Amino acid sequence: MLYRENGQFKTSYRADLAMFPVAQDRWAMLVLALVAFVVVPGVGSDYLFRAVLIPFLVLSLAALGLNVLVGYCGQISLGTGAFMAVGAYAAFNLQARIEGLPLPLVLLGGGLAATACGVLFGLPSLRIRGLYLAVATLAAQFFIDWFTNRVRWVTNDSSSGSVSVGALQLFGISLDAPVQRYLLCLSLVVLFAVLTRNLVRGAIGREWMAMRDMDVAAAVIGIRPVHAKLTAFAVSSFIVGVAGALWGFVHLGAWEPAAFGIDKSFQLLFMIIIGGLGSIAGAFFGAAFIVLLPLLLNHVPHWLGLPLSTATASHLEHMIFGALIVFFLIVEPHGLARLWSTARQKLRLWPFPH
Amino acid sequence: MTLKTLATAVLRRGRLSLLAALGGLGAAAMPSAAQAQAATEQFIPLLVYRTGQFAPLGMPWADGKQDYLKLVNARDGGVNGVKLAFEECETAYDAAKGVECYERLKGKGGGASGFDTQSTGITFAVTDKAFADRVVVETPGYGLSQSADGTVFEWNFPLLGTYWTAADVMLQDIAKKEKGRLKGRKIALVYHDSPYGKEPIPLLQKRASVDGFELLLYPVTPPGVEQKSTWLQIRQQRPDYVLFWSAGVMTPAGIREAQASGYPREKIYAIWWAGSDHDVKDIGAGAKGYNAITLHNSAAKDKVHDELRKFVYDKNQGTGPATGVGTLAHTRGMMISMLQVEAIRTAQEKFGKGKVMTPEQVRWGFENLNLTADRLKALGFGEVMRPVQTSCANHMGTDWARIVQWDGAKWNIVSDWYQADKTHIDPMVKEYAAKYAKDKNLKPRSCG
Repeated sequence: MLYRENGQFKTSYRADLAMFPVAQDRWAMLVLALVAFVVVPGVGSDYLFRAVLIPFLVLSLAALGLNVLVGYCGQISLGTGAFMAVGAYAAFNLQARIEGLPLPLVLLGGGLAATACGVLFGLPSLRIRGLYLAVATLAAQFFIDWFTNRVRWVTNDSSSGSVSVGALQLFGISLDAPVQRYLLCLSLVVLFAVLTRNLVRGAIGREWMAMRDMDVAAAVIGIRPVHAKLTAFAVSSFIVGVAGALWGFVHLGAWEPAAFGIDKSFQLLFMIIIGGLGSIAGAFFGAAFIVLLPLLLNHVPHWLGLPLSTATASHLEHMIFGALIVFFLIVEPHGLARLWSTARQKLRLWPFPH
Repeated sequence: MTLKTLATAVLRRGRLSLLAALGGLGAAAMPSAAQAQAATEQFIPLLVYRTGQFAPLGMPWADGKQDYLKLVNARDGGVNGVKLAFEECETAYDAAKGVECYERLKGKGGGASGFDTQSTGITFAVTDKAFADRVVVETPGYGLSQSADGTVFEWNFPLLGTYWTAADVMLQDIAKKEKGRLKGRKIALVYHDSPYGKEPIPLLQKRASVDGFELLLYPVTPPGVEQKSTWLQIRQQRPDYVLFWSAGVMTPAGIREAQASGYPREKIYAIWWAGSDHDVKDIGAGAKGYNAITLHNSAAKDKVHDELRKFVYDKNQGTGPATGVGTLAHTRGMMISMLQVEAIRTAQEKFGKGKVMTPEQVRWGFENLNLTADRLKALGFGEVMRPVQTSCANHMGTDWARIVQWDGAKWNIVSDWYQADKTHIDPMVKEYAAKYAKDKNLKPRSCG
């Protein structure tokens, strides 16, 4: 009833190519954007911004980047944490070594450094694929871990190996309030989501998907594997690098190499698997599931006033979370995004199915 | 398909995805409601790790922290009548989780009295935020060594000692054994490869160049369960002494490897976090001779332990197992809570007895701590600690330490009291603090 497209005729190519061809989707997105940009900054608490929304947005961005590579181009990567680290450390060095470099350039610089690194470690993908490629990207993870831990230059000769960023400024406004930082993250996430959405709908996205579905057939019809695979690596690691810079600069403020360890790579991979491979919304669903659900589970005993010990609560949280992952993967192996689109499909026909 | 079955199917499906999407919103909205409660109790946040690679250390530490607060509530009815409220938050030694806990608890109950993060990494992450939020970060025996400089680190309190003072005391004890000559000796540092383990390196390098000993560095990749190659290298290089900066599961693994490779345990000096009963108990005689440094005299038993048993454990209110009382890690936890409580008490003396102190007032209390020998005795810590006094410029207070040795069944105090030699440490604290102030564009306050 609510979700019916009767009467919505596409009379131009432009309308047919719209990002959200269904009017209800457009409205829903507009409302969502309005809530995120106007309502939430007005009512949110410090805790909501700093501990919930900022990590959620930054990891959504990272998952979005990874989804380009794994979901759209079919190249499994276990080196996401490493590419985030490259983004974060490159941004840190740019800020520490170049006096007064504006924040957008610092973040983009982090992204570009990650791109270079991603393309370099993406080269093996031209020869190997599947699980073997996963192992090759694992090498990136170990190498970057070692590099950030051992090469003192990277941490600006910090004695303890951990780095701490200076004050954040954007166009002369210092970003101290959590709400300003939230808006910065939100704007970047929206920008990258729109860009990615358009990329994957365009020629290059189709090349990636052709590579993913059958690389030999794709090569036969004239798609260059080198070009398709390396652009996927480049775009993916650029987004992941910017996310890494945001994670370090906006969320943590000070970090040690362990912040971008192999755990982060796995966490992001699980995000897109649970959220939905090859879908923009999937990155957001996955990040919500992995970031927000444990937080929620952690809070539940407090709300109910259960006298659980901290250790028990934390073990329970892990168990319930694990069970939920299994449950959702059984219900819908293609991820939460597919669950969402199935529901939407059914809503279109409801209440008159054929 | 009938209309009805489809409708239920849609509803079921729809609800599932809706739940997943909205779960986060619910999580976000609730804590702010919890924070709104009126402040009649003094709130102390307890950041702990009872899970993860450091859990063996984190559990007795967390138990000790909570037990002392329970004791103050049960024995004295709080601080001048103000009950102590507390809440634990599990960090698993992870910086991102620690930040979440910090954000969750910093504003609770009228403002958090102080964060003992139990982790160097989390301390790094919250130090910047604490400046802006104006809450205390207390890091007794860990954290950033340069934060002893109160002119720059207004909100940090590395009370009782830092990794630099600890390393210095270890070198003093070694020098004593070597009859004052460190020159030409080889001293190795086996450390957890994280900010925690790297913290003593600048001081050791400085001392190595001044005293003329050779410093060998052996990083161990966290969690440190696998140390075979490290100890094989030690067997080849034969350092005269090993300084052991480990914690959690890394400690017993390291001692076992030392045993397996035949390195004498008498030549190992462990930092306080690697020197508690749980670290050596299971190895028993195999760890005989293993040395550890204590934070003041945390190996001692005192009146506070008896009172804890009487007021808390005998009434089945204890946080951990009763056998944990009196172990080094548990005692350290109690010392940390005691310092927190005394800071609140000191603040009350200035700002009004029987009132709930704001974080800023508690900070004043931390900065004006004056625990005399009589006061410590009254608190039941007379044997455990020596007098401590902090000031605007000195946020560390007084750094006493002793060496204890495991004899296969229990810890024995084997050294006299030590205090770090400040000739190298003080200039380094100044230098590193000034660098921090410059990086952060902070103006050091004057403590005139």
